[in-house]
Amino acid sequence: MPVFFEKHPIWSLLIAIVVAVVLWLIFAPWPPGLVEVLGRKRVFLNATFGGITLGALYFLVASGFTLIFGLMRNVNLAHGSLYLLGGYIGFEVSEATGSWLIAFPVVFVIVAVLGMLLQHQVFRRMEGEELRQTMVTIGLSVVLADLMLWWWGGQSYTIYSPDWLSGPVTLPIVSTVRESGDIIYLRYPAVRIAILVAAIALGVGMWLLLNRTRLGMLIRAGVDDREMLAASGVRIQYVFLAVFAFGAGLAGIAGIVGGTFQSLSPGEDTRFLLASLVVVIVGGMGSIPGAAIGALVIGLSEQLGLVYAPTYSVVFTFLIMAGVLAFRPQGLLGRTR
Amino acid sequence: MAVIDNTDRSTAPEKASPGWFESVPTAAWALAAIMLIMPLLANDFILFQVFGWTFILGMIALSLMFLAGYGGMVSLIQMSVAALGGYMVAIFGTSGMTDISIGLPWWVFIPIAIVVATIFGTIVGALAVRTEGIYTIMITLAIASAFFYFTRQNYAIFNGYSGFNLIVPPQLFGVDWRSPMPFYYLTLVCAVLSYLLVVYVSRSPFGLALQGIRDNPRRMAALGYNVTAHRIAAYAFASAIASVGGILLVWQNAQISPGTAGIPAVIDILVIAVIGGIGRPIGPFIGALIYVLLRTFSPDVLTTFGMSGERFKLLIGLGFLALVFWSPDGVLGMWDRWKARRARRADPLTGETET
Repeated sequence: MPVFFEKHPIWSLLIAIVVAVVLWLIFAPWPPGLVEVLGRKRVFLNATFGGITLGALYFLVASGFTLIFGLMRNVNLAHGSLYLLGGYIGFEVSEATGSWLIAFPVVFVIVAVLGMLLQHQVFRRMEGEELRQTMVTIGLSVVLADLMLWWWGGQSYTIYSPDWLSGPVTLPIVSTVRESGDIIYLRYPAVRIAILVAAIALGVGMWLLLNRTRLGMLIRAGVDDREMLAASGVRIQYVFLAVFAFGAGLAGIAGIVGGTFQSLSPGEDTRFLLASLVVVIVGGMGSIPGAAIGALVIGLSEQLGLVYAPTYSVVFTFLIMAGVLAFRPQGLLGRTR
Repeated sequence: MAVIDNTDRSTAPEKASPGWFESVPTAAWALAAIMLIMPLLANDFILFQVFGWTFILGMIALSLMFLAGYGGMVSLIQMSVAALGGYMVAIFGTSGMTDISIGLPWWVFIPIAIVVATIFGTIVGALAVRTEGIYTIMITLAIASAFFYFTRQNYAIFNGYSGFNLIVPPQLFGVDWRSPMPFYYLTLVCAVLSYLLVVYVSRSPFGLALQGIRDNPRRMAALGYNVTAHRIAAYAFASAIASVGGILLVWQNAQISPGTAGIPAVIDILVIAVIGGIGRPIGPFIGALIYVLLRTFSPDVLTTFGMSGERFKLLIGLGFLALVFWSPDGVLGMWDRWKARRARRADPLTGETET
């Protein structure tokens, strides 16, 4: 970090100013002039928090995608299908057992095993043929989408969160100040806060795993130079299997999360595939912090765009992506190879 | 990517051959004759639903084949370019949405549609060529889905979710161009022209330079070719073909909506091009014929086997998977290998083929 400040003083200053303005917008009561321009603060806060939560969900999906890509150079375009499949299985499990929490390990294991199967039976047979692998994943996503449509039909499902997570919580953030001087604090659904906390914990956990453990060391070495790692005696296929299983399982879990605070229906798979594509393009391929930043940016731009310019919210996402591509093709935190 | 194989077609028609028509193989003449007299053989349904769709989807897939086969860039934006061309026809021509449609004459809105769609495809290409290989797929896919969501949300220009309907071709020379036989010939002529154009361009200096760039961009750059400009020009050329396909598509459907360029449609174009084979310009049309036949008749076949007729996508997906697994260069590649295997069985001494 200090190196970054020294190398880019102007950028650091700009980032600091933006962060300060955003923090002020979130925590300070708004003066009337600002309310006239931007509307009520509650709307802004809701959009911001919605964007952050959506970003958390995108991060869950995209981090597996970017990890798999970074290590195996494999664009898994069936990643969205794994997301949707995880959601449907999570729905069935939570309906059958009545427990929301138990769905998570079950889905993780099932989708991770499916991912291992994919890696072992499909991708390993065509190692190094990136284009062919991509085509195979496209074919797989078509087949999986139709199988899921066959089994679960076209209606949309919602997974119900448990009682202890339903209902709103009050956050220590000022929403509005009434004429009488009463301060009204922001109320926000508890389940979304839980998702946000879980995504942050997961992100930190992944960072620790990647930077502090032996497996993480192997994965980072594999991202940098696969052949060299294999030549130094590491059984790289096991590392591949583990990473693929983890990324797939993560997508499955994200399916439960997405099914809880949005809904599951055919077409959601491509939506989340697109989201993870954009997130990793913006954040940089193969970078977990990049995925986090990209997910946050895309989630915020979608939600704020929906509130302030409903027709053009998609265009914002697209413009961000085009801008990143034009000025930094490798992504915000990506490295040139 | 597959190697370009033009040897079975004409060889250098400029010199050494007395007449260019002698260099065209007999099979091509036979095919052309069959295509010309097809209205006598087939009924209206086959003409309009099977061959109309084959030529239209084949043209859009042909533009993808040009980029992928000759340029080495698998672009998933072609369907969106085609759909934009179709939208332009609806907006500048006449449609059921009289509030938005301007109602210009056909000789104005057709050039506008082609130009606008080509500009769009070129801009996307300029963005996409900053990346390579699988990145190109990801970026064009992302832009294609952004196009889909944008047309679905925008009501001022694209009329949002419902799109446009009642878009018909102009009544030119007193012919109803949407009745099966005229429409068959219209699409046939467009498809043949774009096919010949692609063949011609692939042998022109530009096409050869493009294939050189596909094989080794660094060497071509060292030889003084502007790699980026060639790639963007390839996108522009492919987009022009795709936009013509899109105009025909909107006339075939008589309506256009965001779903026309939705993700499944975008993927379908790739599936068509890959099934046919992206090595040669005829591949996309073969792929389109297979796809359209499957789409049209698989519900009947599936119901006879006691399955629901809606599982056509599953059939296409499994077929695509099998093909990518065992024959990545498509049906044409399978045909080539079969021919090669027969040739290998020739007697080593006399060189004659055993029968």
